[in-house]
Amino acid sequence: MSWDVIFDNFGRFADGAQLTLLLTLIALGISFFLSIGLALLRNSHNPLLRNLVGAYTLVFRGTPLLIQLFLIYYGLAQFEGLRQSFVWPWLSSPLICVLLAFVLNTTAYTTEIFAGGLRHLPPGEIEAARAYGMSPWTQARRILVPAMLSRSLTLYGNETIMMLHATSLASTVTLMEITGVARNITLNYYIQFEPYVTAGAIYLALTFILVGLFRFAEYRWAAYLQPRRG
Amino acid sequence: MLSDYITTVLAAGWISLQLAFLALSLAVVLGLLGALCKRSGSRLLRWPVEVYTTVVRGIPDLVLMLLVFYSLPALLNQGLEGLGWDYFVEFSPFAAGCVTLGLIFGAYMTETFRGALQGIPHSQIEAAQAYGLSRWRTFAGIVLPQMIRLALPGFTNNWLVLVKGTALVSLLGLHDIMFRARGAAEATGKPFTFYLIAGGFYLAITVVSLLALRWLGKRYSMGVRELSR
Repeated sequence: MSWDVIFDNFGRFADGAQLTLLLTLIALGISFFLSIGLALLRNSHNPLLRNLVGAYTLVFRGTPLLIQLFLIYYGLAQFEGLRQSFVWPWLSSPLICVLLAFVLNTTAYTTEIFAGGLRHLPPGEIEAARAYGMSPWTQARRILVPAMLSRSLTLYGNETIMMLHATSLASTVTLMEITGVARNITLNYYIQFEPYVTAGAIYLALTFILVGLFRFAEYRWAAYLQPRRG
Repeated sequence: MLSDYITTVLAAGWISLQLAFLALSLAVVLGLLGALCKRSGSRLLRWPVEVYTTVVRGIPDLVLMLLVFYSLPALLNQGLEGLGWDYFVEFSPFAAGCVTLGLIFGAYMTETFRGALQGIPHSQIEAAQAYGLSRWRTFAGIVLPQMIRLALPGFTNNWLVLVKGTALVSLLGLHDIMFRARGAAEATGKPFTFYLIAGGFYLAITVVSLLALRWLGKRYSMGVRELSR
């Protein structure tokens, strides 16, 4: 066993973990706000809007993230017009491509989770809001969005863990997050065992932290949905 | 010319499907065993399963695949070397992918099946015992049909994620649809076209699976009254 290699490269693993967390947080942060809007549209009365959002979530939930990432990172180079345009410096950077793919992917999942939470809202709450004379904007802000978020907390917690794990795919387009670092060390030192085990252990620890955070959040914001005890 | 590439890519979809079905069978077996262990009274059975599901669900699929494909043989070979045996262990990408996906989704199936088992009222099993049914007949005749109905939504979800997970095995070098799409993309200089074809393949499987499992769900929910809305 050559665990000393891991200790020597501890700093690289720390940098990798930092990038992993950064990718996870940026992707989740952007997708959170997009999903709230899209979830409201997914349940709108306008069938065109509803089905448009439905088609988007179907396509992005129905295909592997790896393909979406490759379509954006490798695929877009096929279009000559795009390569000449001003957006190309951004679209040829792996970091931007990875974030774009992650945001598009996790927004599709999160939209469905939030929309599902909204569908479980008792109609009485919306009727009451209307009876109070709340405008649609006030209704959304005070009733729909808080109810939707607290109801989908458990599923959203799972989705954030999925997102954390999905960042490992960034290593396929040269980014040095945890998996990328582990892969790099296996290639540099010809050891196959220790780097991947270390990577797995770091992901496991990060997952536990996320699970703990969401347990606390559920206790704090969704306790009123639990059946009453005693 | 281009159509030749397209047929090669789509033909490789068969390998992805084989992989998915084999991994699913393994996952269902592991899931059933895991669920029964978790429901059993014995701590010795419950604990290992608890550790298994927690660890497997806490590590990304890609990392687990790399662990099974690279790290496990390395560990085995070190052990064999220590014993003085002259034998070199190596896994094929197909076997490694199949085992890894089976292990991963075995953990998810364990949770799905455990939830389904919990949904069956215990009084039914007591009634079956009172009628003198054997343990096997209670399971096959009373528990299993209801379990299928209760587990179907979770099962559908796991299957859809599993199918998409097969794309990762191309990174181990399996010549599946993703690998062929990459080859065709590099050969023709049309990456968008070929990755789009691969994506279409997966989307088609998703839609067909959704329709098939929805039909199955309707069949297994016959005689169950829905709450009227």
